[in-house]
Amino acid sequence: MYLYDEIDQRLVDERVRQFRDQTQRFLSGSLSEDDFRPLRLQNGLYIQRHAPMLRVAIPYGMLATRQLRMLAHIARRFDRGSAHFSTRQNVQFNWPKLEDVPDILAHLASVQMHAIQTSGNCVRNVTTDHFAGVAPDEVVNPLVWAELLRQWSTFHPEFAYLPRKFKIAIVGADNDRAATLVHDIGIQAVRDASGDVGFRIAVGGGLGRTPIVGHVIREFLPWPHLLTYLDAILRVYNRFGRRDNKYKARIKILVKDRTPQGFRDEVEAEWAHLRDGPGTVPAAEIARIESRFPQPAYQVLPAIDAAHERTLTADRAYARWVSRNVHAHRVPGYVAVTLSLKQHGVAPGDASADQMDAVASLADEFGFGELRVSHEQNLVLPDVELRTLPTLWERARAHGLATPNAGLLTNIISCPGGDFCALANAVSIPVATAIQARFDDLDYLHDIGELDLNISGCMNSCGHHHVGHIGILGVDKGGDEWYQVSIGGRQGADAALGKVIGPSFARVQVPDVIEQLIQTYLARRDSEAERFVDVVHRIGVEPFKEAVYAGTH
Amino acid sequence: MPVLIKNRALQEDDWHVLAADVEEIPARGSVLVPLARWQILREAVPEGGRRIGVVLDTGDDPHVLAPDLHQLPVVAVHFPSFTDGRGYSIARLLRERHGYAGELRAVGDVLRDQLFLLARCGFDAFALRADQDPAAALAAFTDFSEAYQAAVDRGALFERRFRTEVVQ
Ligand code: SF4
Repeated sequence: MYLYDEIDQRLVDERVRQFRDQTQRFLSGSLSEDDFRPLRLQNGLYIQRHAPMLRVAIPYGMLATRQLRMLAHIARRFDRGSAHFSTRQNVQFNWPKLEDVPDILAHLASVQMHAIQTSGNCVRNVTTDHFAGVAPDEVVNPLVWAELLRQWSTFHPEFAYLPRKFKIAIVGADNDRAATLVHDIGIQAVRDASGDVGFRIAVGGGLGRTPIVGHVIREFLPWPHLLTYLDAILRVYNRFGRRDNKYKARIKILVKDRTPQGFRDEVEAEWAHLRDGPGTVPAAEIARIESRFPQPAYQVLPAIDAAHERTLTADRAYARWVSRNVHAHRVPGYVAVTLSLKQHGVAPGDASADQMDAVASLADEFGFGELRVSHEQNLVLPDVELRTLPTLWERARAHGLATPNAGLLTNIISCPGGDFCALANAVSIPVATAIQARFDDLDYLHDIGELDLNISGCMNSCGHHHVGHIGILGVDKGGDEWYQVSIGGRQGADAALGKVIGPSFARVQVPDVIEQLIQTYLARRDSEAERFVDVVHRIGVEPFKEAVYAGTH
Repeated sequence: MPVLIKNRALQEDDWHVLAADVEEIPARGSVLVPLARWQILREAVPEGGRRIGVVLDTGDDPHVLAPDLHQLPVVAVHFPSFTDGRGYSIARLLRERHGYAGELRAVGDVLRDQLFLLARCGFDAFALRADQDPAAALAAFTDFSEAYQAAVDRGALFERRFRTEVVQ
């Protein structure tokens, strides 16, 4: 967690004061709904189907336990006792009262949190790898750079009213766990031959109704130029992105219209003027930010622990949990642990206030008082000592946080959908719980192996259905809720977009359809190591399609 | 006479904004003309000390004005809607790329809650939308006491942070 200095704190406090004034003017009628809307959106406040929804930023997914406890407190005091972790390292409250929102923001500011630019047509909360800083395959730790980007994007004077929302993700490992290639700008931190840090910059990726994988426009940008280069990209987009049609307003459309090559040339021409200007990052700033991240006091521990090994062989359930929810760490004797917010029967990403408090206690006890939020809507304890793992497992189980399904079919990513979202064509959470109920047999689940199933309630694709190995999309057919199913999507360095298998289904049919897809996969895989998505790419969509639609006509 | 915010204070606005290309230029007074009109007029002015300025549309290319900037007392950018952010880039290009030093005025759908950022991009004059209270809007310039990014009004915060650290 980057610790705010006096200026960082003053800016979020001033933001609360500003929004309190705006809210008062709105409630007293001197600020119209149209004039207020963009202002409240830039503070994460939507007016939803049932009530306002407040989206709070968890910059680059890092949370200190005092912050998580504050979220639990807010859930109890201003909401109905729970919160929803989204796919973008944000947390959402679904039942706040509009007039309470300034107070909620003041509570957040007291623990160095905010809702700045979590919505609206501006640069959104920057996301990164949920294992940033602890992953063994990391080439560069992206956290410092992510904080630099947070500061740069916060109240950026030129880019507060872009044609459309703008999402940036950054990773520092080869394994692209932040899905950077489906962002408006995807940044991969890399080292050149001499070990210097730089960035590979991709633009124009995105999901939504025109899904596309981003184009790399610069292979290596030396680090001091990161902000001026982003300014150049954003300026070209701000000036020339379409503003006449909201469905054609994302940067991916501009990149397509100009061709990636043409777009790159425009950015480079703009950058020629900005390069080495006042936005150039000094080394001292990087050192300053770095020094404000507390350094975990790792102990020297053996890489192997006897108690852990013993439990692994003695307890099948433990072994299963370890195989799915425990991840390698760069420091010997430590692991990172996924605490699942995908308990069967509960909406994916939902956490009760009690669970949040419990997780905070676990993170204090089994780590350095810090945790991560993943875009898979789970929480991660980044620094767990291997020797304490069996104890942690027992404790997490007691709180319903140890469903051993990370990476498996029931680890469903789902947007809030029609139960909460005014834009939805269809509900998504009940579909997720119906699928979880169908695949409740853990042995079967583990036999199926790695499978990302993602659900979005409409084309806005907040549930990232395009990059799910199986993707489910809510569609509207004459006012009824239907579901379109696609397969073969994947995220990461070899990101691919799923292909629709055919006509859509009624809600009750969906678990059967998934079952058919799985049966087909199990029959066709050449070994247990071949994942569902690998089989789809090897044999194509046809066999799956035939199996699913065989019974229907 | 309408009120203008200029350099964070209120003053009377004696500029006439020419509505369309067809409108006759009034016999006297200061006039802001659309870019297309300016491109025809530029050879003929100034006659008798007339002050002529240009109103850019958010879709206009500010670079075409570069050769004329030194003789323009006012350049205005017209915001068709306050959510059309192109004017912010235009302002920075005029100030930072072309060194324009005259009055840079925001006109059209200009509201109190955007003043802070508009000022950061180099606007120093604001003709607010008719329903706005210009006196109350002055408070918006102090919505924030600091800013992270380098822009027209100040350099990057990281530069200031190191300067104060050296002093301490
Ligand atoms: S995908 Fe659609 S339904 Fe789901 S949260 Fe986004 S906008 Fe709402």
